[in-house]
Amino acid sequence: MKTVNDQTPADGQAIDLPRPFLDWFAKRGWRPRAHQLQLLARSQAGESMLLIAPTGAGKTLAGFLPSLTALAGRPRRKPGERHRGVHTLYISPLKALAVDIQRNLKMPVDEMGLNLAIETRTGDTPPHRRQRQKLVPPEILLTTPEQLSLLIATKDAARFFEDLEFVILDELHSLVTSKRGHLLALALARLRAFRPDLRSIGLSATVAEPDELRRWLVRQGPHGEIHLSGLIEVASGAAPQITILQSRERLPWAGHSARYAMAEVYEAIKRHKTTILFVNTRSQAELLFKELWNINEDDLPIALHHGSLDVSRRRRVEQAMADNSLRAIVATSTLDLGIDWGDVDLVAHIGAPKGASRLAQRIGRSNHRMDEPSRAILVPANRFEVLECQAALDANYLGAQDTPPLRDGALDVLAQHVLGTACAGPFFADALYEEVLGAAPYANLSRDLFDQVVQFVATGGYALRTYEQYAKIRRTEDGSWRITHPRFAQQYRLNAGTIVEAPMLEVRLVRAGRGPNARGGPILGKIEEGFIESLVPGDTFLFSGKTLRLEGIREASCFVSKADDTDARIPSYAGGKFPLSTYLADQVRTMIAEPKRWDALPSQVSGWLELQKEQSILPAADQLLVETFPRGDRNYLIAYPFEGRLAHQTLGMLLTRRLDRARARPLGFVATDYTLGIWGLMDMGRMLEDGKLTLDGLFDEDMLGDDLEVWLDESFLLKRTFRQAATIAGLIERRHPGKEKTGRQMMISSDLIYDVLRSHEPNHILLRATREDAAQGLLDIRRLGDMLARIKGRIVHRRLDRISPLAVPVMLEIGKEPVVGEAQEALLAEAAGEAETAKLT
Amino acid sequence: MSVAQQRQENPYGEIELAGQALVADWAGCLYWPAEACLIVSDLHLEKGSSHAVRGRFMPPYDTGVTLTNLAQRLAVWAPKRVICLGDSFHDDQAVDRLPTRYRAQLRSAMAGRDWVWIAGNHDPGAPAGLAGAAALELACGPLVFRHEPSAGTVSGEIAGHLHPAGKINRRGRSVRRRCFAGDGERLIMPSFGAFTGGLNVRDEAFDGLFEPERLCAWMLGDHRVYRIGGNDLVR
Repeated sequence: MKTVNDQTPADGQAIDLPRPFLDWFAKRGWRPRAHQLQLLARSQAGESMLLIAPTGAGKTLAGFLPSLTALAGRPRRKPGERHRGVHTLYISPLKALAVDIQRNLKMPVDEMGLNLAIETRTGDTPPHRRQRQKLVPPEILLTTPEQLSLLIATKDAARFFEDLEFVILDELHSLVTSKRGHLLALALARLRAFRPDLRSIGLSATVAEPDELRRWLVRQGPHGEIHLSGLIEVASGAAPQITILQSRERLPWAGHSARYAMAEVYEAIKRHKTTILFVNTRSQAELLFKELWNINEDDLPIALHHGSLDVSRRRRVEQAMADNSLRAIVATSTLDLGIDWGDVDLVAHIGAPKGASRLAQRIGRSNHRMDEPSRAILVPANRFEVLECQAALDANYLGAQDTPPLRDGALDVLAQHVLGTACAGPFFADALYEEVLGAAPYANLSRDLFDQVVQFVATGGYALRTYEQYAKIRRTEDGSWRITHPRFAQQYRLNAGTIVEAPMLEVRLVRAGRGPNARGGPILGKIEEGFIESLVPGDTFLFSGKTLRLEGIREASCFVSKADDTDARIPSYAGGKFPLSTYLADQVRTMIAEPKRWDALPSQVSGWLELQKEQSILPAADQLLVETFPRGDRNYLIAYPFEGRLAHQTLGMLLTRRLDRARARPLGFVATDYTLGIWGLMDMGRMLEDGKLTLDGLFDEDMLGDDLEVWLDESFLLKRTFRQAATIAGLIERRHPGKEKTGRQMMISSDLIYDVLRSHEPNHILLRATREDAAQGLLDIRRLGDMLARIKGRIVHRRLDRISPLAVPVMLEIGKEPVVGEAQEALLAEAAGEAETAKLT
Repeated sequence: MSVAQQRQENPYGEIELAGQALVADWAGCLYWPAEACLIVSDLHLEKGSSHAVRGRFMPPYDTGVTLTNLAQRLAVWAPKRVICLGDSFHDDQAVDRLPTRYRAQLRSAMAGRDWVWIAGNHDPGAPAGLAGAAALELACGPLVFRHEPSAGTVSGEIAGHLHPAGKINRRGRSVRRRCFAGDGERLIMPSFGAFTGGLNVRDEAFDGLFEPERLCAWMLGDHRVYRIGGNDLVR
């Protein structure tokens, strides 16, 4: 593959650009870059293109150049002539990014005197402007995937898009990995049906598998033929300077707070103009922010930014950031994507970055120009994270990138799209099926599954066909499917989109001692209902940088008062916990196996590995180490697969079932990103030596067969996934602010629906969608399967008489796991005054 | 104590109400031995199909599940009389929508016993085409059965309507289950229907219904009832 290395202007090349563009470049003393001209030329020749370039390479301008030059050459609309449809669509994953682009695009367009209407359409666009946009479409419309889906579901969609020439997809690498991406792919297929010659332009950061994105940008063949868009790759600019914080303090074994390093982080902030501190979860953000303020003797302006905070608070922080009036900002992934920030000269990553591309993306934030290296420090929170940070660092220097593997298009998303299509007008199943096959994620969809999805949309798709009379869409005499009542279109609009958030409560600040009678109070932000429900009034937690005490809950609000900052309980948000990426896991395993690479590690960590080598063994990169040892009145089995917490959890569930059958009497397990620890009553080490257990049998791939099926059917994890799938597919109404009260009374709990469906129609399409989601997300079954295949015949066992150095971190995690199933009954029994009969294990 | 030993213990809750001994079944029904009477509340039959009318196609099996559960409990207790404490049907048209096989299932459950339909807010009228007596409320010895708990002090009232659920916090974790809620004078039944949710007994809807010091919840576990004192119940 050819890579454009030339960052500099395209010297000596004939520059084929309309006059206003040449003048504009000349006036600024700039020349278009080679990749910009290449993209223009190939796009003008009718190709759809993928541009992969690092931050600061002029990606946005490159993406818009084909559209802008075409628009510059288009004859003006004469007075009295009808309004033309939208010419160019720009899709971004973030509203804020669309707004940002509008600003950045307006300047050159105005300076060239092109006189083009460039408008945004997001959830915040007022109704009168939406209406006007429909009547008088702008030349360039900047919007989000959800808004696009809503647009194509309207009756005048074909008219609105009849002049569409270009669709530009920004941050494509982040869009394609989720259900949002599936919905967008389907919308794109619809646009191609309106405009077969539509050219798409994808803009992406570096990815491991560019071909997956290239497929995404063009129509796939109806018989599984693979089509690819064109590709232009721009090499990275100056290599970033990344270091791991060399702490003088003692590195902790476990935990995620990095509290030990606060003083050193604070010193780094003082030495730089502006620092962004990234963390992986919102609770870490809260904690870090508080720790920094505790030692902020110089009263530096330090701010907090995460998705649970009230929007106006976030906007104020963003503005302060743009004004360069902050010295540091503590942030989560809400700041991840390509929004421009002021004079950031240092990125600090607290905790391990969990994935090499995530790290690259975040470091791109520092020093937004290609020719200058950006600076970053990594602050590992525990010893395993030191290994992970070092691996990430090596990976970044190597230019290695990893993104999650793309999965097949989700069926719940397809159901939403089918209803949306019907809202726009009648459709024929044959034609829609072929159209859907053109969308890369759905290229392998069988006709049978497609028909099941249509049946689901029509009447729920149940074997017991009792809902025919209430059908939402119905096949009419001419063979087309039509929506049966306009109210279903209204319902579709209220429930469209694929982002299903956990139910949230508003956090309102009131005076202390108000208890359950609290009312009103300013809103600090939103917090997961599930978290608040685990608290009792009087409990304290960190939120919005403050220690708060819960006063009471009423309807959709929880009331809090300010509390002493001594003993806050930390919010344990469900979101934001990424598992260790496959690529980094490989790197960490290799590093452990190669002592010569330990020189780069802090001596505390290399010493720890040395000790492990003496007292147990260090596995080779392709081996799985299993240790067994007694401790207290329990026996432990510790495995080190390094496959991420999700895959380890699944493995833990399945292994304990097997151990139970083998009468090893397992009692529980705990999973971290690196390690799985199982404990039980029997001496599993001896059982292995006596041949009563075999490792090859225990870790055999066949656990992903029947054992998995049986476990899945009993698993509470699936209920959460089901709720999401059922909401996206339109079975369950979304909660809308203000309607919650009536909503809650009307709603049937998704758990109850799940139970009934599972026992009566285990093959229902929504259960199928749920299992696929779980297998690819929550349970990481694909990864577990790859791991089991990889370690086959390469498992090494060490029977120890005591805990090994490598096992210490996971042993410290024991007891932090939530209770489920049997253990819930134990809690009830305990509360019922029978503590002695059912001690928690 | 082993799990097996626990199973041998009485899995039911013992409740005393206005001097009468009652048995709380873990499935959510109540047995009154002195009268050989079984009480169930809030069956909400055909709740699933009531959503279908508005384009929300819930699995059309909730009625079947509810009736099957009921049949099992009838087989266990073999009551002479059954009192359905209101909201037996989810709406006015629910009886008409009842599929034939479920109608048959219900008829066979009713066969050979006294059956009383107490009126609920969802089903104020007597179910058309079904046997059994219909009543707004029913007094029987020291006990009175009605759908909605009455305001003020009562003695021996058994009601439904509110779908009580209890929640406890232990070791930093919480567990929430449907429950019977009572104070010795009034007892509110959990809902029995497959698609019915629960309302926390600490919700304001329960304000003034119980003597706070005597409040008790019999929470429904897996095949076991747990008696939880009012002090342990949280919002």
